[in-house]
Amino acid sequence: MQNEIIFSGFGGQGALFAGQLCSYAAMDNGLEVTWIPSYGPEMRGGTANCTVIISNEEIGSPLVRNPSAVVAMNLPSLDKYEPLVKPGGLLIVNSSMVNRAPTRTDIRVAMVPANELAEKIGDKRMTNMVLVGALLANLPILTQEMMEKALQEHLPARHHRFLPLNYQALREGAAYIAAPVA
Amino acid sequence: MTSQPITEQVVYQRPEALSDVNTHYCPGCTHGVAHRLVAEVIDEMNLRDKAIGVAPVGCSVFMYNYMDFDFVVAAHGRAPAMATGIKRCLPDRFVLTYQGDGDLASIGMAEIVHAATRGENISVIFINNSNYGMTGGQMAPTTLPGQKTTSSPLGRDVEQQGFPIRVSEMLAKLDGASYIVRRSLHDPKNIRQAKKAIRTAFETQVRGLGFSMVELLSICPTNWNLTPVDSMTWLEDHMIPYYPVGDYKVHPAVAEMKI
Amino acid sequence: MARQLMKGNEAVAEAAVRAGLHAYFGYPITPQTELLEYLSRRMPELGRAFVQAESEVAAINMVYGAACTGSRVMTSSSSPGFSLMMEGVSYMAATEIPVVMINVMRGGPGLGNISPSQADYNQSVHGGGHGDYRQIVLTPGSVQESVDLTVLAFDLAEKYRINTVILSDGSIGQMMEPCELPEMQPLRGVSTEPWAITATMGQREHRMLSSIYLKVSDEEKTNIRILNRWRQIEANEVRFKEYYLDDADFAIIGFGSAGRVALTAVRQARAEGIKVGLLRPITVAPFPVQQVAELSKRVQGILVTEMNGGQMLDDVLRIVKGNCPVEFFARLGGVVPFPDEILSEIHRIAKGPLSVDVDPRSAWLDRMAAIVN
Repeated sequence: MQNEIIFSGFGGQGALFAGQLCSYAAMDNGLEVTWIPSYGPEMRGGTANCTVIISNEEIGSPLVRNPSAVVAMNLPSLDKYEPLVKPGGLLIVNSSMVNRAPTRTDIRVAMVPANELAEKIGDKRMTNMVLVGALLANLPILTQEMMEKALQEHLPARHHRFLPLNYQALREGAAYIAAPVA
Repeated sequence: MTSQPITEQVVYQRPEALSDVNTHYCPGCTHGVAHRLVAEVIDEMNLRDKAIGVAPVGCSVFMYNYMDFDFVVAAHGRAPAMATGIKRCLPDRFVLTYQGDGDLASIGMAEIVHAATRGENISVIFINNSNYGMTGGQMAPTTLPGQKTTSSPLGRDVEQQGFPIRVSEMLAKLDGASYIVRRSLHDPKNIRQAKKAIRTAFETQVRGLGFSMVELLSICPTNWNLTPVDSMTWLEDHMIPYYPVGDYKVHPAVAEMKI
Repeated sequence: MARQLMKGNEAVAEAAVRAGLHAYFGYPITPQTELLEYLSRRMPELGRAFVQAESEVAAINMVYGAACTGSRVMTSSSSPGFSLMMEGVSYMAATEIPVVMINVMRGGPGLGNISPSQADYNQSVHGGGHGDYRQIVLTPGSVQESVDLTVLAFDLAEKYRINTVILSDGSIGQMMEPCELPEMQPLRGVSTEPWAITATMGQREHRMLSSIYLKVSDEEKTNIRILNRWRQIEANEVRFKEYYLDDADFAIIGFGSAGRVALTAVRQARAEGIKVGLLRPITVAPFPVQQVAELSKRVQGILVTEMNGGQMLDDVLRIVKGNCPVEFFARLGGVVPFPDEILSEIHRIAKGPLSVDVDPRSAWLDRMAAIVN
């Protein structure tokens, strides 16, 4: 069983780290995983995306044209990746950063006001974790416990005081369940 | 008449660091003098066992045939890079490069500048004879204005071919370099001073004080089309005015050394 | 040892450290720079040598000097930087010393771009520097393979006193995957190899290492010695990986990243019932000649896929000798193919008809017109 997920956003929104955290959790639970970035030309503030593939066997291509899930953290990401999601696939949208709803009807969509949720729990840097929570609630390949453990083990020690916030962000996002494909 | 007992007193002999072989250098060439000075200093400092030489591309590419210690041969101009690789792996060995003016000042300019600026703890003997000897006397970066060579047959035209490079003066500007001097091999007095400078350069490395280079003004009778004696005169009359003998950089720690 | 999630470039650097890397010399160039940056921290921390050289020319000549001492040494670069290193590569091959080089290939020719490519195959496999020489070329397809092949590269380089190249690319260098690192090997002391330049220390006759053989008969002997050693390497060191080839009607041949992408397409085709398999060379020099020759006698067609204009294709054609039709598909110049592109090629080939008389590169170029215009 293989799942391909693209995380995409502005630089600084934490798209690359969100992908890495899922990769750590997959690796720690004995799965095969690839994480491959694609940066915009700017070092700061440009678009940043990564493709994460999680599988239970040797992974071939680290890049796919049609991923099974996309986490779109801003409008350019929604515009770019909505058309590419595999039919029947999953699209998680940061509704705080887009001004339109997705138009496809052959995929599952969850609109998550991630910025507002992050600010509500007290730290807007938690936006990416809210979206990861929503992703995994709809694509249950990694559990909340696995993610919490991955955070404990791979978040640098100086950030450990943020662990409870991260857990809460994951749970907030997990409340957003996409409707089944009509 | 009583017979006197015969006693032997050695006043001159081949340094141990110099192999007992004939050289391929042209008659009168000062490479032989420079080689001997290097070997004498290596003997005097007892460095032969830990010495590694890096030969250049040029007339002295065969230096390894004449020196009785380990040697490698670099690509053209790359001796300081190769010496860097050796010295970084074996920091307690004595590492020496011996390079001509085409090798060091033209194709190898980047390597010598950066070895000097890193303060690489190696010693460089730089032979400046104002032309490319091995390939038959072409214009070098050190060829004097107006000097005729096989690739500047009408004389070096500075409008077209630019000016000679004074390497010692240039490298002396680098904070990383510790000992940069120019000497000449055209007469016994200067040769003695050259040997002293080589000794200081080698001591600089042995004491871990960093990059040292001795530039030696040398003759090339064959390509200059002069006799060895006339070549010495030509060096004194033409090269020394453009390339003054002197100390261009002596780090205070080097100046304080007691030799 | 637990698996770690590492970037290809950093994993190679750490693997080299653990394999007993004594000295590293390099110059920054994307997409290999993490390797240099990683070692700029790691090597001094272990008391080992790290020099950021003034150019790739200087870096390779520092490697040349360091390798002459018999120490484990390495450099890394990316395509344009490797072009600059070709002088040293030829000299080192002629001097018969062990050296490991990592080429994280990027789009070219010229300055090109920083995206993944495989266009330095010919430069590594068929020369690049002047003169007659060979070098071992290893092509990892994953981060774990990058680690394993880095360790192997040092062993092979020393066993045969030969240049050994890890031919990677920007995607493997930048990708993170779980990998298991080798145990830390202790740093060796001064080399005791009978050829190493270590200074006599009063214990032996002086030695010399160089690439100069002015007597042509000596140079000819050196060339023949190098070629004979290569024959030994061809006999002993071929490595490759096979997927689904046992009952295959069609075979894909691709190395490194292209091979990985092909694997995904092969699985999709198998799911559709098409009997296709994959041969992924790990050593492209020595090339798996025997395996390709045997394959060509039992399949209905071979598809070569690369991220270059068919450089390995020429080697495959020379081996297949018309035994079966050979087809070609590539994206290049920094473009990485998606698996569906290779799947379409599998569909086309499985449908046929195929002919041994078609020039595969020419036919591919004709098909590319529709893709790039």
